[in-house]
Amino acid sequence: MAWIIAPNGRARATSDDAANTSECDENADAARLCGRWSHLVKCAKQSQTTAGKKVEMNSELSVSLWRGARHGRYETYRVPQRQSQTVLDVVTFVQRHIDPTLSYRFACRVGVCGSCAMTVNGKPRWTCRTHVAKVAAGGRLEIGPLANLPVIKDLATDMRLFFEKWQQAKGAFVPTKTRHDAIAQIKPDTPARQAADAAIECINCGVCYAACDTVRWNSDYLGPAALTRAWTLVNDARDGGNNARLQAVAGNGGCHACHSHQSCQELCPQALNPTAAIAGLKRRTAMAYLNGEITP
Amino acid sequence: MNVRLYVWQRATAAVMAPLVVVHIAIIFYASRQGMSAADVLARTRGSIAWAAFYALFVLAVSIHASIGVRNILTEWSPLPERRADACAVFFGLVLAALGLRAVAAVVLP
Repeated sequence: MAWIIAPNGRARATSDDAANTSECDENADAARLCGRWSHLVKCAKQSQTTAGKKVEMNSELSVSLWRGARHGRYETYRVPQRQSQTVLDVVTFVQRHIDPTLSYRFACRVGVCGSCAMTVNGKPRWTCRTHVAKVAAGGRLEIGPLANLPVIKDLATDMRLFFEKWQQAKGAFVPTKTRHDAIAQIKPDTPARQAADAAIECINCGVCYAACDTVRWNSDYLGPAALTRAWTLVNDARDGGNNARLQAVAGNGGCHACHSHQSCQELCPQALNPTAAIAGLKRRTAMAYLNGEITP
Repeated sequence: MNVRLYVWQRATAAVMAPLVVVHIAIIFYASRQGMSAADVLARTRGSIAWAAFYALFVLAVSIHASIGVRNILTEWSPLPERRADACAVFFGLVLAALGLRAVAAVVLP
């Protein structure tokens, strides 16, 4: 995993230190090939004396990782600290260099796929877009699986329930046209389209679901992501499934179970606002109920 | 909570908002005027307006509070939903009975 050691330090090095950084990169490549732990730590320290002139860092991180399934424990590892190092870099380092039995999930590494969310020092985060320097107070990291989901092993959770609730909230688009019809003309500046666009960037990483207090104490609650998706489609003029959708989110585990604690919007890596979407659903379902379009 | 309970809780909250303001204003007025219990009863007894005002207040509170209690029970207690419903209805009926009894005591001649 040369990218853990080499590219970040090189990118941040000053011109005076470029030679040292390049030398370190070569050493890192050598370390990658022979897998020597002590060499990696030495390399990390060298890099900090070059790039670390601007950012003060510890040479090593103390990283506690959840091991096991539902019943498990945190185990602590020593990982070399690097500039611009992400939490996913740290987890990957442990798996590649210390314990290959560590299980975790990731794919794109750039905040697109939504696979790598974990609990980092008590808060759910995308590990690929979370810099260690921003969250590791005192050089300590505690990384666990996402809360509110069953743990498969170590840092990997079973996301099936999360996606099933997405389906229960009628999160699938219901078309009203066929391929033989003309393409719908949607004006981007209408209030409904703007409300739909506001939440359309959700990538189902599960951070909001793990952050939600209501999900924790009400297992029937659909959760912020599923309800936000429902709100997006409720505002989509092309969709034809709104009656069933409003009915689906108006029950006991639906939008009215939300207490508006707003942890979802505080921690959403996409800066979306599920609380506002859920508030919109509350209003829309209340009107539908008063108009006799849905029943409780 | 489902949409029906949500609508009832919001509706009763909307009813209570102005009633609470009037109720607090009355308390301030009575205390600043130095009115005794006899002075207050002299004004409320036989008054259909005060009877209607506080009867509405009591009913709104009973519905609103019992829905809130139901939410607490379903979220925080191990009670099954039907039993939580029964407890909440009982709580609401007790609130309504006690409140209406108090209203009757101050408005009936």
